[in-house]
Amino acid sequence: MDREWLRAVPRTGAAILFFLLLPALAFADGPQSVPSIFAPASTPASDIYGVSLFALAVTGGIFAVVGGLLAYALVRFRDKGDASDKREPAQIYGSTQIELAWTVIPILIVVVLFLTTARMIFAIQDAPKPPDALDVTVVGHQFWWEFRYPKLGIVTANELHVPLSPKDHPEPTYLKLYSADTDHSFWVPQLAGKTDLIPNHPNITWIEPQEPGLYLGQCAQFCGVEHAKMLLRVYVDTPAQFAAWVKNQEQPAVEDNEPEVLAGRRVFETEACMNCHAIRGTAATGRFGPDLTHLMSRSTIASGAVPNTEANLREWIKDPDYFKPGSLMPAMQLTNQQLDEVTAYLETLK
Amino acid sequence: MADRTFPVEGTLDLTPARPRENTWLETAHEWVTTVDHKKLGIMYVTYAIVFLLVGGAEAIAIRIQLMWPQNKFLSPEVFNQFFTMHGTTMVFLMGMPMIFGFANYLVPLMIGARDMAFPRLNAFSFWMTAFGGLLLYYSFLGGSGLYGVGSAPDVGWWAYAPLTARAFSPGHATDYWALALIVTGVGTIGTAINIIATVLSMRCKGMTLMRMPLFVWLSMVTSGLTLITITPLTAAQIMLLIDRYLGGHFFDTQAGGSATIWMHFFWIFGHPEVYVLVLPAFGIASEVIPVFSRKAIFGYPAMVAASVGIAFISTGVWAHHMFTIGMTSVSNAFFVLSTMLVGIPTGIKIFNWIATMWGGKIRFATPMLFLTAFVFQFLAAGLTGIMLAVAPFDWQLHNSYFVIAHFHYVLVGAIVFAIFGGLYYWFPKVTGRMLNEKWGKWNFWLFLIGFHVTFDTMHFVGILGMPRSIYTYMPDRGWNNLNLVVSIGAFIQAISVLIFAANLVWSLFRGEIAGNDPWDAWTLEWAAASPPPVYNFSTDPSVESRRPLWDLKHPEDPDWKYE
Amino acid sequence: MSTTTLIPHATHAPEQEWSLPSRGRVAMYCLIIGESAIFTIFVVAYIYYIGRSLTGPTPRQVLDVPIFNSICLLSSSLTIWLAERSLERNKIKHFGAWWALTLTLGAIFLVGTGIEWHTLIYEKGLTISTNLFGTTFYSLVGLHATHVIFGLIGLSTVLIFTLMGKVREEHSERIQVLALYWHFVDAVWVVVFTVVYILGR
Repeated sequence: MDREWLRAVPRTGAAILFFLLLPALAFADGPQSVPSIFAPASTPASDIYGVSLFALAVTGGIFAVVGGLLAYALVRFRDKGDASDKREPAQIYGSTQIELAWTVIPILIVVVLFLTTARMIFAIQDAPKPPDALDVTVVGHQFWWEFRYPKLGIVTANELHVPLSPKDHPEPTYLKLYSADTDHSFWVPQLAGKTDLIPNHPNITWIEPQEPGLYLGQCAQFCGVEHAKMLLRVYVDTPAQFAAWVKNQEQPAVEDNEPEVLAGRRVFETEACMNCHAIRGTAATGRFGPDLTHLMSRSTIASGAVPNTEANLREWIKDPDYFKPGSLMPAMQLTNQQLDEVTAYLETLK
Repeated sequence: MADRTFPVEGTLDLTPARPRENTWLETAHEWVTTVDHKKLGIMYVTYAIVFLLVGGAEAIAIRIQLMWPQNKFLSPEVFNQFFTMHGTTMVFLMGMPMIFGFANYLVPLMIGARDMAFPRLNAFSFWMTAFGGLLLYYSFLGGSGLYGVGSAPDVGWWAYAPLTARAFSPGHATDYWALALIVTGVGTIGTAINIIATVLSMRCKGMTLMRMPLFVWLSMVTSGLTLITITPLTAAQIMLLIDRYLGGHFFDTQAGGSATIWMHFFWIFGHPEVYVLVLPAFGIASEVIPVFSRKAIFGYPAMVAASVGIAFISTGVWAHHMFTIGMTSVSNAFFVLSTMLVGIPTGIKIFNWIATMWGGKIRFATPMLFLTAFVFQFLAAGLTGIMLAVAPFDWQLHNSYFVIAHFHYVLVGAIVFAIFGGLYYWFPKVTGRMLNEKWGKWNFWLFLIGFHVTFDTMHFVGILGMPRSIYTYMPDRGWNNLNLVVSIGAFIQAISVLIFAANLVWSLFRGEIAGNDPWDAWTLEWAAASPPPVYNFSTDPSVESRRPLWDLKHPEDPDWKYE
Repeated sequence: MSTTTLIPHATHAPEQEWSLPSRGRVAMYCLIIGESAIFTIFVVAYIYYIGRSLTGPTPRQVLDVPIFNSICLLSSSLTIWLAERSLERNKIKHFGAWWALTLTLGAIFLVGTGIEWHTLIYEKGLTISTNLFGTTFYSLVGLHATHVIFGLIGLSTVLIFTLMGKVREEHSERIQVLALYWHFVDAVWVVVFTVVYILGR
């Protein structure tokens, strides 16, 4: 083997590693657009981070020792290439003591790792629910998220608002997870580990976010053709922000009597939109699609697929397959005028 | 190396081969109707290599789609078919035929037998497997195949319910998946039974169980595990078809059925299945590493015990694939423990391989290059597996690219590397010619580099929160550069595999003549001619130790003095 | 050299008998292990779904315990054992008689199952798609019945060979291997019977 270029490998390797890890160095506190599991901002995620570092340390140590021995053996016991020396090395068939040693030591490592892990499992999964926790019901659909706040009478979709839960004054959010169709999984890495939404098998997860801001996640269990665009946005609000948001969401839909808006509402109510969608305060009570009562309070549409702008909204209604091919919302073959009107109407639903 | 032949009196058939004047049709007929384990073994391995290329092409298409965010190279429908087919192909049409092909070819030779216990069952099993694969691939043509995207399975290779119910998968994609795998499953069970019967009932005189080559031990253990691994999948697929066609409710949540019971059944198959795939790789390692270290395997009885232990424990770890579905904390803790426990006999094997090399005289021919990388990579893969066994860590890592990186580290980094090593090692025995050593080294280094560029990087993109099974991703998540690097590594691996394929074809016709024992090895297959005559050995061998050819070459220091 | 050992010098170990298990027997045990795994999955599904049907007839309402059928099937294990012993003693006619009786008892079981199913479907309204009980019941019992059919095909083939006078004492080993399969089918029935007609009702 050629030795010269081998020496350059470590340097090149370090350079490449640095380049690759640059985005991973976003280990900053608080919300960021990179949903790194090593940038926790909420209690279950930070506990998991702690036990992960422990696991990394143990496995890293094992790799260093065993890998080091292997590397040493490869170099030290190479055939030196002396063709005249045809002797075979001493044949060693085994050693019971050595076998015992390298059985017992791994068993001890496993015991330590297992006990640490088990303790963390019980701490997270069996944590007692505080009486003043915020309850949210999450229903997974193909390919969007339904969020209900039963005690507050709020129904919304795709963008979750939860209150800040500082360490001195915890206000955890408990999420009950259901599915309306196939399996899904709720994963916002900076807040908690993922928990699945399985039909006929309700699950629970909880978060205690400690930094306000927007956290990103997405569905993590393959649920069909548009699984990739079933995105999650969780807004951790300060108490004031959360109160304001709740107050707005509790209101029925805004009423606007401007002619184009009224025309749009008529389109909405006659072109079968209300069969799937609900707008509180109107005759639309459909449950198959997202609740649109405060559609304009959300920053994205189509479960995070595109920003919530007027142009995007119009395009989405015209042909959902344009942004999300395979989405279950049908194109209703509206005319351009109908599209303008219904978009104008929806734009008023703040 | 090719001149290290030594005639062993009475075993080699030294009569020169008659020039054969078969027509093309006669040759084809001979191969199609053969019951000879060697020809069937070659067909199994060839089939596997073909599907390695096909599955690899699917992987390349996936990686092109994911090179950039919001890419439009593949539609979501096609992407979902490709990742489903990539996984299904690599496990059932590449991995299984490859390992059973190796076993088919080598086991009778290694135990001094003339053929497998049931030659006609052998042929039947091969053709069932082969046709199952063809049925699976016909799905691309089915449905709207010639005009649209076809009906290839698109529900993930794990096919979770209720996505596979008629309501959510109305076409025939799921049916192709279930039926094709039931068919290949029949073939797999037949071969597994054959291997066990061969090993237990056809060993040559003197070859007690504790004198068999470790490859034979591992083939037998693998086959035993297969009997109780593939069958749960067959059962679950029958249940799925009953649901889809006879109105059954096994996985019908609307009727009170359970989606999680599918997960249990699938992973009761799925986890031991990966041990079915990896145990033969251990067998290859246990044959190649000693020969190229010039030392007997260290700790043979411990290796046997570890193999059996791994097989048993592996049947009790399946729910570590289900840590996020909401099992009780006690259930989760149980599976954490069982999963960590299976790491212990696995680690013991790694230590024994290192101890075999220790104090040896290591020759880095191409087979040994691959098997050295195997040990490093399997070590790393096992350790990321331990990380995943820590359930809370898994609650973050599950279904992310970290998991994909982990299992490709095992499947490619360990298993495919070992298979390449095995192919370079036994190609001379099968064909009588050596694979080109220079191209072999190009194959190895390119594959090594490509493998690490892809799969080392992939761990990080999983840590940054990228889930699996997604046909595209948003550009602001910090995954862009990493995905590009992963894809570049895939292209490098593709080039390497093409070099291998070219080497294979070229060496068949122009490779250096090998002789019967080019590597100076010690097990019985090297006593037969290269390629062996159809009856393998002209007289039945008889052995007195684990390394009969070592005894012959070193009459002053034979193994049976020490065993 | 005529009998070549791979070791050129005379063997130092005393000549030991080299006997290995019969490959047919090994293969049949392996097949039984694999089939047991399939049955286990169906039994687990059956047990898991006991009491979970949302609608429709319950086991207690529609199932009659098939005592007669079970006696027939289980005694066929005895008759096949007697057949095996007869063949070992080269009593071909006795073998044929016991073998035919085994076949008959198995056929009676199958017919009985068919009648039971006919009643369930047409009189009691239980089909595979009625509810979870229907699905798991027909699947499990049907899987067993399928294996009975495979067994009967094997038994019939041997009976035909016997009537043609081709079966002799040296075929004992093979007959015993087939009988092993039949015993397995009976053993599975014990489990299915317990789970479906006793546990599940």
